[in-house]
Amino acid sequence: MNKFSYLPTTEAERNEMLKFLGVNSVEDLFTDIPEKARLGRDLNIPKALSEIELTRYFNQLAGKNKNLDDHISFLGAGAYQHYIPAVVDAIVSRSEFYTAYTPYQPEISQGMLQAIFEYQTVVCELTGMDVSNASMYDGPTAFGEAAFIACAATRRSKVLVARSVNPEYRNVLQTYGYGQDIEVVEIGIENGVIDMNDLESKLDDTVAGVLVQYPNFFGGIEDLQKIGELAHAQKALFVVSVNPIAMGLLEAPGHFGADIVVGEGQSLGNSVSFGGPYLGMLAVKKEQVRRIPGRVVGQTTDLDGRRAFVLTLQAREQHIRREKASSNICSNQALNALAATVYASYMGKKGMQDVAKLNLQKAHYAFNRLTAVPKVKALFNTPFFNEFAIRIEGDVAEVNKKLLDAGIIGGYDIGSAYPEYKGAMLICVTELRTKEDIDLLAERLEAIL
Amino acid sequence: MRQEQDKALIFELSVEGRVAYSLPELDVPEIAVDELIPSAYIRKEPARLPEMSELDLIRHYTELSKRNHGIDDGFYPLGSCTMKYNPKRNERMARIPGFAQIHPLQPEEQVQGALELMYNLQVELAEITGMDEVSLQPAAGAHGEWTGLMMIRAYHEARGEKRTTVIVPDSAHGTNPASATVAGYRTVTVKSNERGGVDLEALRAVVNEDTAALMLTNPSTLGLFEDQIVEIAEIVHEAGGLLYYDGANANAILGYARPGDMGFDVVHLNLHKTFTTPHGGGGPGSGPVGVKKMLIPHLPKPRVEYDEANDRYTLNWDRPQSIGKVKGFWGNFGINVRAYSYIRTMGPDGLKQVTENAVLNANYMMRRLEPHYDLPYNQICKHEFVLTGRRYKKEFGVKTLDIAKRLLDFGVHPPTIYFPLNVEEAIMIEPTETENKQTLDHFCDAMIQIAKEAEENPEQVKNAPHTTKVNRLDETTAARNPVLRFEF
Repeated sequence: MNKFSYLPTTEAERNEMLKFLGVNSVEDLFTDIPEKARLGRDLNIPKALSEIELTRYFNQLAGKNKNLDDHISFLGAGAYQHYIPAVVDAIVSRSEFYTAYTPYQPEISQGMLQAIFEYQTVVCELTGMDVSNASMYDGPTAFGEAAFIACAATRRSKVLVARSVNPEYRNVLQTYGYGQDIEVVEIGIENGVIDMNDLESKLDDTVAGVLVQYPNFFGGIEDLQKIGELAHAQKALFVVSVNPIAMGLLEAPGHFGADIVVGEGQSLGNSVSFGGPYLGMLAVKKEQVRRIPGRVVGQTTDLDGRRAFVLTLQAREQHIRREKASSNICSNQALNALAATVYASYMGKKGMQDVAKLNLQKAHYAFNRLTAVPKVKALFNTPFFNEFAIRIEGDVAEVNKKLLDAGIIGGYDIGSAYPEYKGAMLICVTELRTKEDIDLLAERLEAIL
Repeated sequence: MRQEQDKALIFELSVEGRVAYSLPELDVPEIAVDELIPSAYIRKEPARLPEMSELDLIRHYTELSKRNHGIDDGFYPLGSCTMKYNPKRNERMARIPGFAQIHPLQPEEQVQGALELMYNLQVELAEITGMDEVSLQPAAGAHGEWTGLMMIRAYHEARGEKRTTVIVPDSAHGTNPASATVAGYRTVTVKSNERGGVDLEALRAVVNEDTAALMLTNPSTLGLFEDQIVEIAEIVHEAGGLLYYDGANANAILGYARPGDMGFDVVHLNLHKTFTTPHGGGGPGSGPVGVKKMLIPHLPKPRVEYDEANDRYTLNWDRPQSIGKVKGFWGNFGINVRAYSYIRTMGPDGLKQVTENAVLNANYMMRRLEPHYDLPYNQICKHEFVLTGRRYKKEFGVKTLDIAKRLLDFGVHPPTIYFPLNVEEAIMIEPTETENKQTLDHFCDAMIQIAKEAEENPEQVKNAPHTTKVNRLDETTAARNPVLRFEF
């Protein structure tokens, strides 16, 4: 039995190559490793599995998880289950794309380069911005990098972030900020959106950027117009993190003067996959183009005059600037960005509006249905898109356990990140949920509480 | 002359009113949008996304895919990138609904299988690298570097020390100094000795009480094992600094040597290199970090842990000395599933044989090409080696870039060129273990033919490539007058 499908060299070839090298055994090629640094024993990891055994084992592991396909899920809070059209997997499964490296050799990488150029255009269109990069690791890390841009552009070192921003994003921002000695100051919440009074009191000419989320962590729609004006009055940059599906219906942040727009692109054709891989969108106004981190694809011509695409503005990047680079990122999430581009192209101009509309309408039906349940109340009364917060008379974790018995994966336990909202649940309703699903949730909640 | 014309952008194929998408009818009572959303926040102009049929869409991206070269298309000996075969079974495993369709915020009891997989992968990567604990949270190699340096910073600060510098060799990847800067450190460069290793005297001269860490790739970016590693570790540790292992070249040491045993305190691995997860045209990757005991408190949170008493896997957030979160949720789980699938497929003897074959292939090619190109460091190499094309530049005006472009005509992706920076006209070749001898010979034959062409018919090389869909690109104009999106 051949255990090693991926090792083509035969015994005869190995001997032939060793003979060519004038050595007796392959061990002779490792004499440069000093004795003290050698392992000198076998690695203590489980022995090899055939494909059949491997499949059995992985199916066993996967079978211990409750997957969203088999359940009715109302869980969002930063990762979203949307419908992924069959075309997306068909394209991202083409190995010309997924087994390629970064497109450093443009002559044989035009496919990915052009797809990324299309992705950049999609992101600019959705967000109303001028320039997008080729994507970052995910929404939270793009959020952290946005703070770097704001600090570099203003030569200031403090950012204000609304507590209505996803806690994951704020946590990552804290870590990114620590490395660069950026002070991160949080702005309080009032009725589920940023507390304008708190913002005004903390905003002065030492602030590099004001960072908000739209719709925010609780699903609420922040007053971008006002926040942007306040930020700009102090010459701070205005940074908005978006949900791209909402951009089918909500006015784009570019329209409200955002200087940087970031966001989690996972919703566009990427599965929730237990938290990754996703893609971080990052787009800026023209003024910041040379401060944008990461890969950027540009249009040019080849020597015969054909339109062609190439990685560009590389003078910003780590492999040229080394220690002078303002970001160390040296990859993008190209395949996830391709999935996002295929998704956006498949939905098209009209489909993006329609899917957003389905989210909005179903979420509002759910809001009205759930808040009619006796022991359920709305936590806030702010306009929202496809997520909203309710307060229940009961322990959220316990209630979710009981919901699972009915095949329902309940909403996020807001109290786990916001002690002041103990007993609150964040409900997400996408186009995948039916009226029956929502009615079932309401009925079960009524029975449980 | 190429027959190829411009390939239309998807926006140029759009026809008003054409649709591909399929959505259900609204099944709940409709409420007017302006009753739900303040009018200023209702979008007035929709995003100008393409309008096309499903077949048009599929044809467009299928055509683009044909203008792209992946490992499945042909040899990809890109030095330092470890472009090995991406096993199809890994792809299948990652798509099992019990892995792909689970939400990161589901309660722990609903995702025990996923946590078990992550825990097992942490344990096995710790064993492979000789470290005490591993975090799977970083998304890529550079992200892992920065995470590692942030932990080093937290470690020194917890001991009340404010160290300010990170030392990197002149052959280091650009991400090393950039990661040091982003973690708040100043970079000090140390030069290489005549054997391509760290110059110990130069190292002693720069190591002092300000040294937070030395970052090292071993084998180095020259493909050479740093045989003074034990001495280097002593020098750095004696000054109170830590040793950081850039795992970009881990394919050269599996089962033979472990960074932890060499004296390294922090390691990152590129699962998209050594552990066969696809590069995806530039990502996603995964860059786990491993640490020695004293750094465990500083690992990113939450930690995936096993509670033996209750036979239960948990996410532990109660870690007051943690550097915090470095990424959303728990890392690139889908990539980690693929890497775990690979490790379980290979087992201990399989992984060791990976390294043996990778090193054998590299040495074989190095000696086949040695008579035709110059070898700056003449010794056994590990998984990759560096040639210089300087004689062709000097004598015939044929640059290494030209040689690389000419290789495109032979259906192979060129090696890494002009890196490392300490070798003039560098050509860095990494065959990996998944290529057969015929492929290696085909590549060597092509390189030898190109060398001959450079002497006899240099224009043939200078004007390459001749067979690709597009010719060489005007990169200067692209950077000077950036066009970064389609203009409607």
